[in-house]
Formats: sequence, structure tokens, C-alpha cells
Amino acid sequence: MTLKAQSQQMTEQPIDKANTDRVKQLSYRRAFMLVLKRDLTIAMRHKDDIINPLLFFVIIITLFPLGIGPEAQTLSRIAPGIIWVAALLATLLSLDRLFKSDHLDGSLEQMLLSPHPIFVLVLAKIFAHWLITGLPLILIAPLLAVLLHLDENSYTALLLTLLLGTPVLSLLGAVGVALTVGIKKGGVLLSLLVLPLYIPVLIFATSAIDTAALGLPYSGQLAIIAALFFGSLTLAPFAVGAAIKVSTN
Amino acid sequence: MWKFLHPYANPETTYHFTNKLLPWLTALAALFLSIGLVWALLFAPADYQQGDSFRIFYVHVPAASLSMGIYVSMAIAALCSLVWQLKLADASAAAMAPVGAAFTAIALITGAAWGKPMWGTWWIWDARLTSELILLFLYLGVIALHNAFEDKNLAGKAAGILTLVGVINIPIIKYSVDWWNTLHQGSTVSKLGKPSMSLDMLWPFIFCFIGFALLAGVIICLRFRNEILARNSIRPWVRQLVEKQLA
Amino acid sequence: MPKPTSTPLISAVKLTCIREERLLFDELSLDIHPGDIVQVEGPNGSGKTSLLRILSGLSQPYDGIVNFKNQKINRCREEFQQNLLYLGHLAGVKGEMTAEENLKFNLALHGSCDNNSSVIDSATKNEQNTLAYLAKVNLSGFEDSLASHLSAGQHRRIALSRLYQSNAPIWILDEPFTAIDKQGVASLEALFTGHAQRGGCVILTTHQDLISINPDQIKKITLDYSYA
Repeated sequence: MTLKAQSQQMTEQPIDKANTDRVKQLSYRRAFMLVLKRDLTIAMRHKDDIINPLLFFVIIITLFPLGIGPEAQTLSRIAPGIIWVAALLATLLSLDRLFKSDHLDGSLEQMLLSPHPIFVLVLAKIFAHWLITGLPLILIAPLLAVLLHLDENSYTALLLTLLLGTPVLSLLGAVGVALTVGIKKGGVLLSLLVLPLYIPVLIFATSAIDTAALGLPYSGQLAIIAALFFGSLTLAPFAVGAAIKVSTN
Repeated sequence: MWKFLHPYANPETTYHFTNKLLPWLTALAALFLSIGLVWALLFAPADYQQGDSFRIFYVHVPAASLSMGIYVSMAIAALCSLVWQLKLADASAAAMAPVGAAFTAIALITGAAWGKPMWGTWWIWDARLTSELILLFLYLGVIALHNAFEDKNLAGKAAGILTLVGVINIPIIKYSVDWWNTLHQGSTVSKLGKPSMSLDMLWPFIFCFIGFALLAGVIICLRFRNEILARNSIRPWVRQLVEKQLA
Repeated sequence: MPKPTSTPLISAVKLTCIREERLLFDELSLDIHPGDIVQVEGPNGSGKTSLLRILSGLSQPYDGIVNFKNQKINRCREEFQQNLLYLGHLAGVKGEMTAEENLKFNLALHGSCDNNSSVIDSATKNEQNTLAYLAKVNLSGFEDSLASHLSAGQHRRIALSRLYQSNAPIWILDEPFTAIDKQGVASLEALFTGHAQRGGCVILTTHQDLISINPDQIKKITLDYSYA
């Protein structure tokens, strides 16, 4: 290895200082909004990304009465579990997109190289993902609850658990995607990594809905899901950031 | 204070250290396991309720505790590797994962075998068994992720992150499964909830426990050596070693 | 040659890189000073991209350190990245967004917006600027086309248009001339010379020779670590 040192020293204007000062002014909030806006724009121009997981969610739920039988009593007893398991699977299906295309076209490494801390950018992407996939699930869930004869007392509980629980799914799922984004056949692996982590949300959410059906207070379960939400909100972005650094290596 | 550990960040030193350690570890493991198992299976008294089927306890409980212990050790190794960039810590975590998974599987199988005479069925959704099953999934996830990367260093880092995420989640999962279990089944028959174990059952148990732990140590040590060699295959000292073996 | 007295912008100390159990380079040390144009050469698979990624902090070397102004880049990541412009094999252009949106996002992401003036003022100013940069890479008229309708060369041009705006002294460019026509190559080379004269440095890989840059001005690093 040889290094032919041949260089001309011509320093006309120092160009590093002015740049540094400018960047400092770009705050976390602006970086967050920038990435959020970009991801939403892309999603809006690619509407199947929003619609397909939703269709998947609806189809899975219609399969259950066909497989189990149409008795209203049976269906209403297992409705919370079915809706939540279907929500887990629909989220899982949509996760792949969170980082995949950005990884393939090189945007992800540009984000890593930007002066902003990666966890802010990642959080924005996860929030966008939730707006695109989690929110529509919540909106369509009451309709599916009707199909499954969910107990009338449970509707509020269903919506509240989905509202608090789906962000946890997006946050934990993001860790799994970030770890598998560089792998060629990461899809199946992703479910193996992510689904066990979803178990607590599933347990407490379905239990809250069951409890509500009995007319009992379910604020305890909600509080635990809220705790899971805040826990994953604080920790997941850092894990995702670290995982992306490994994946783009 | 930790200066004495510094030489062990060097793969070569550590490799030779494991070489010296292995015979001792193996001998101790064989000693404890043979005493423990013979005592437990032949001489320890049978349980007054469960009869001889109780003896599976001497394998089941050490396997279950080790399955969790090894996961925690993996998480500690992963933390060391991520914080201090210790490549050897990665190698040790990689060495531990399949061993831990094997012990988890043993705990599950012995649990099911024990369940058959006790509950009349191979599987019930008992809180401990369910947690153990989920632990097995977590292990398999770590191993699968490790195998999915071609570059061993990256594999170690990715698996390390997953292990840490898992170790934070294990208490939460454990708690939620326990809670779910009481909710749906009332109180199940608790296998270890006995007020106290008589001494002639406790001593063989302790021997078995230490024996299995040492056995895990031996296997992990062997795997660890292989990992070190595989990761340093381009280093001259590994080449010399191979040449010496071939000569 | 007289050794430049300034502190090196980037210095690498004893870098070792192993990919898939193959040694790409071992104990590679280099100093890159303001004004340097460094061309990394070597056959395919010799580790050119790996070297550039290690220098930019995207990959970790198996062994060795990369310093930015005599400080480890891991210790001053934020400052280093403000001073760095890296363009890899992949253009980082989203097909779902227009050329203009792509460039705007990239500029904003890397912190190049003028916050001193009022919001509306800077918005219109940015608008004009973005169009001007796109014009410089011959993309006027394409600013509103979705990038998915553009060619590979045009994608690369969108990515390269950042160079015209960049204040970052360190440019690390992996195959910047791929899919770029002759004219484009010439104007990029002029840009590199100008950048070096202003005290920046350019580190690039390319399979073609740099034509219009004075050969004396180019430092060459040859990676060819074929070992038995």
C-alpha cells in the first residue's frame, strides 16, 4: 500500500465552521417532523401499503367464524383473542416496510450519517408506521367486533387497548425489523423474533376486554399496557438505532 | 482493580486458559453428576404422594434453572460486548445460546413427562411450563438471528441486541404469564410449593444441580474454544496450532 | 514533497478489515489533509467500499481507529457527521417522491437550511436554491417528476446535486461517476478541484481515471491485498 503524498495547500476560505453553527439550530423536533412528513408522503403515494394489512386483518377475522362455527355465544367469548391475534399478525405483516425500502435504496445509511441522533429519526419512522397501520386497525376494529358478536360492554375496552397496545407492537416490531433488515430472507425470522415479545400485550389486552364484558373495572390492565407503552417508547428507539447500525454495516 | 482480567481480552490467552480449565471442569462435572444421579435415582427416598415419578425432579429443576441462568449470562456477555466492544464476549454468548436452548428443551420435555403421571396429560398450560416454552422461543430467535448473518462479528452484535431486549422482556413475560394463569385456571398444583424438602432429598438435589451446572460449563467451554478459533482463523497463532495438530 | 503542517481532517491508524473471513486490508494507515483528492484504487472485491464505509463511520473496522481532527470519530460523532458528506453505491433516492422533494429532504436531513431568515423567506429561498442545484446537474424540467420515472443516472444526479450545496469539508464518494455521462463527469471533476482548493478533501473510488484533474494533485491508495 503506497500513499503518494502530493497535495497542494490552498486554503482560501475555511468551510467547516459556518456549517456547524447552522446545523445546531435544527432541533430534534424539526428532524422528527421532517422524517414523519416524508414517510407519510411516501405512504400516501403507495396506498396499498395502508390497505393491504387492513384487508389481511379483515380476512383473518372472517375466517374464524367459518372455521369455528357461527354460534354467537362461542364467537363472542373468543372475539377479544381473535381480534388481538389478528392485529398482531397484521402489524407483523406490515413491519417489513418500516426499514426495508430505505435500506435497499440507501436512505437508511444517509439517515445514520445525518447529524441528528438516530433515535429521533427512528422514532419518527415508527410513529409514521403506527399512523399508517395501527390507526386504521383501530378505526376498523369496531366493525369486526360486530361480526364477532363482541359483548357490547367491551367496545370501549377494545378501542382503548388497541389505542395503547398497537404503538407497543410498532415499537417492539421495529427492533425486530431493524435487526433483520440486512438479511435476505428476514421475513420468517422476523416473526420468530417479534411474536414472543408481543405476548404480554396480548395477555393484558384480551384480559381487559374480557373483564369489561363482565362489567368489572379494567383500569388495572390498561395501566399495565400503558406502562408497557412508555417502557417501550423510551427503550425501543435506542435498541432500534443500535440494530440499524449493525444491519447497515 | 480489574487489571487482572485484561490479558483475557486477548483470544490467544483465553484459548490457552480454557485448555487448562477444561480437564478440571470435566472431571468435576463427571464426579458431581455421577454421585448426584446415582444417589437421586437409586437411593433417595420416593415421594410419598408421587412415588418414583418424582425423581424426574432431579433433572427437571436443574435444567429449568440453568435455562434461565444461561440466558442471563448471555445477556451479561452481550452487554459487555456492546459496551466495551469485547469480541470475546460475543463469542461466549454465541457459545452459550444453543446450550441454553438445549436445557430449556430438556426442562420442557421432563416437565411434560412429569405432567403425565401428575395431571394425566402431557401438557397443561401451567405458568412455569408456558414461560419455559416462551423462553425456548426467545433462545431459538437468538440462534436463528445469529445464523442468518454471514459475518460472525455482525451476527454477534445483532444477537446481542436481541438478547438484551429479551432479558428486559423475560420478567415482564414471566409476570404476565403467571397472572394469565391464575386468571384462567385458579391455582394450579404447584410443583415446588412444598413447605420444605427433607434433607435426604435435598443433598442429592444439590449434587445434581452442581453437576448439571458444571456440565453446562464444560459444553460452553468447548463451544467457546471453537468460536474463538473460528473467529480468529486468519491469525498466525491459529494457523500454527492447526499445523501442530496436523504434524 | 513537503508534508502539510495542518492537522489531518481524517486519519486512519492501523485499520484492519475482515469480510466473510477474508482479510481485505491489514494495518492500513493514512492521513488525509485539507486540499487532498484521494483516489482509492483496486480490483473488484479488494475492499474499496469497505474502506470508505469505515472512514465514514458506517462500518466498524476489525481493528484500528479512524480519527477526525485527531479525535476518534466515535467520540465526536455529531461533529464529524456535520463535516461529512458520504454518497455510497446507493443513491438514497425514494421513487415515491419527486426529484425536488428528494433533494429537499436530503438537504434538510443533513441540516442545510437557513434558519436565520424568517420562515417564509427561507422557504422561498430554499425553493429557488433546490431548483438551482437540480439545474446544475442537468435535471431542470424534471424537478416534479417522480423519481421512479427517472433513470439510474438521474437518480445519481439527484444524490450528487447535494455536492453543489454542501459546506461539509469531507466528501467521501463511492463510485460517483457510475451512470454519469462524460459532460457530467467533467463538471464533477471541476467541482472536486474547487472543493479541494477551498480546503476540503475528496475521497473517492472510481474505475476510470480522473481526466481533468492535475495528476500531481491526486493521492492514490491502491488496495490489492492478495495474499496466499
